[in-house]
Amino acid sequence: MKRKNLIQKFWNYLLLFITLIVVVFVLGIIIYLIVKGLPALSWEFITQKPEAGMRGGGIFPAILGTLYLIIGTIIFSLPVGIFAALYLNEYASKNRLTRIIRLSIVNVSGVPSVVFGLFGLGFFVILLKFGKSILAGSLTLALLILPVIITASEEALKTVPDSYRQASLALGATKWQTVIKVILPQALPGIVTGSVIGIGRAAGETAPIIFTVAAFSQPNLPNSVFSQVMALPYHLYVLATQVPNAPENIQWGTALVLLLLVLFFTIAGTVIRTRARLRKVNL
Amino acid sequence: MSNNIKIKVKNYGFYYGKIKVLSDITMDIEQNTITAIIGPSGCGKSTFIRTFNRMNDLIANSKVTGEVSVDGINIYKNNVDVVELRKKVGMVFQRPNPFPKTIYDNIAYGPRLHARYSKQKLEHIVEDSLKKAALWDEVKNKLHTNALELSGGQQQRLCIARVLAVNSEIILMDEPASSLDPISTQKIEDLIDELKENYTIIIVTHNMQQAARISQKTAFLLTEKIDEPARLIEYDDTNKIFTNPGDKRTENYITGRFG
Ligand SMILES: Nc1ncnc2c1ncn2[C@@H]1O[C@H](COP(=O)(O)OP(=O)(O)OP(=O)(O)O)[C@@H](O)[C@H]1O
Ligand SMILES: [Mg+2]
Repeated sequence: MKRKNLIQKFWNYLLLFITLIVVVFVLGIIIYLIVKGLPALSWEFITQKPEAGMRGGGIFPAILGTLYLIIGTIIFSLPVGIFAALYLNEYASKNRLTRIIRLSIVNVSGVPSVVFGLFGLGFFVILLKFGKSILAGSLTLALLILPVIITASEEALKTVPDSYRQASLALGATKWQTVIKVILPQALPGIVTGSVIGIGRAAGETAPIIFTVAAFSQPNLPNSVFSQVMALPYHLYVLATQVPNAPENIQWGTALVLLLLVLFFTIAGTVIRTRARLRKVNL
Repeated sequence: MSNNIKIKVKNYGFYYGKIKVLSDITMDIEQNTITAIIGPSGCGKSTFIRTFNRMNDLIANSKVTGEVSVDGINIYKNNVDVVELRKKVGMVFQRPNPFPKTIYDNIAYGPRLHARYSKQKLEHIVEDSLKKAALWDEVKNKLHTNALELSGGQQQRLCIARVLAVNSEIILMDEPASSLDPISTQKIEDLIDELKENYTIIIVTHNMQQAARISQKTAFLLTEKIDEPARLIEYDDTNKIFTNPGDKRTENYITGRFG
């Protein structure tokens, strides 16, 4: 009995210790980034163009570019992802075809992001002649996070009780009416949460945008979906590797802005979920 | 009471995949009558009642044989519009299942599906349906609160009102009171009794007293041997079934000797 307790305690502490290591690393990175990057942050830094061969000025074009890419990614991936999940969860019968589709989705989410970048280059940039552009970059990022959105949406749809579907159909609703009026409103918070977190992650990706949209330096702000843009992750990469003597604080500042942006999306997603939960509890 | 036939069932059988669970059912269901379906657990009462609004369509690989006609039209013919059928044949489920919407929107859900009503007309339908379901007085001051805040019994009456709002002619009820307390059950039973003036009601119940109390006709389903489909053993006036059953098996069941 005593021995058992001891063993139990040992494992508890071991697991706690391992968890703490993870937390310490994550916190460490964030704190380090804040300490190093905060001094660089200023109104000018986030509203001005780079100057003196990127050794001064701000990073506004990169922030704007990343925001454009995020918007583009949302526009392309969210509807497609939701419809795909609706098809899989509400319409398709469970057969070999849907199994293959699900398997493909899982596999796609395991493909390295640089492969998406190359695919985007070959397909959107060259074959469809979009050139390096916001359009090509957004589409590539959209493909990258489609599996995340489909999976999140399917999970959300699964939480909608069957009794709602039955009630609606028994009242003479068509399947589509049932989806629009009952199922989607119920599942939407979950869908948005999962998607937003996924999109935040996509915003920090470098590999998919190097070949498809990112500009080393773009003096003019973009004026159409066919423009190239600077983007935060790529700008950071450029600062770190292509610009000799780039001031450290500009690099850390850029990294911090990128982190804050991704964090913003993650927190937004979590807030949406929590509020939806609270609402459900309060019913 | 009129004795018009509302639903005709002829040589009906039902399969889940290859397994036949119901066989050879032939019966006429009368208009403005409460017909109770009784039988031991698992004999296929729910399956049978879900035939009349084709809710079994949702189950992959299920199959219906024979004929089921509502108002003289075979509802399993290819050209039958299931949406129209379900408007005419409403259903109340075992567990109350209001939508997580307001009371008002729950009732208005059906009407909004089928037509564009003015606001006044819709309000009228909602009030009317809630009154018919004996729920109006309890909820008239909180029509715009969430339906899930109601008690279980109130929720079930709301579900009945939701069916009434689409002008159904037939209401299917699958053990509508089995999850409710005695007082709520009483209210539902009173309500069902009133509704038969204007509706044809088919109710599945486990509760023999309930069947005897509220129905005019009773059908007894029974699976005699394991791995055999259930059959209609006896179908007659409720009075006769419970006082003078024509079949030994019915007598055994209602006296509680099995099931
Ligand atoms: N979706 C399904 N797929 C396969 N078999 C099913 C399905 N639903 C029910 N069955 C089987 O069909 C038979 C009849 O089930 P049904 O639910 O109609 O019985 P019931 O009389 O309503 O029972 P209860 O009184 O317990 O509600 C049972 O043997 C059950 O296991
Ligand atoms: Mg049942």
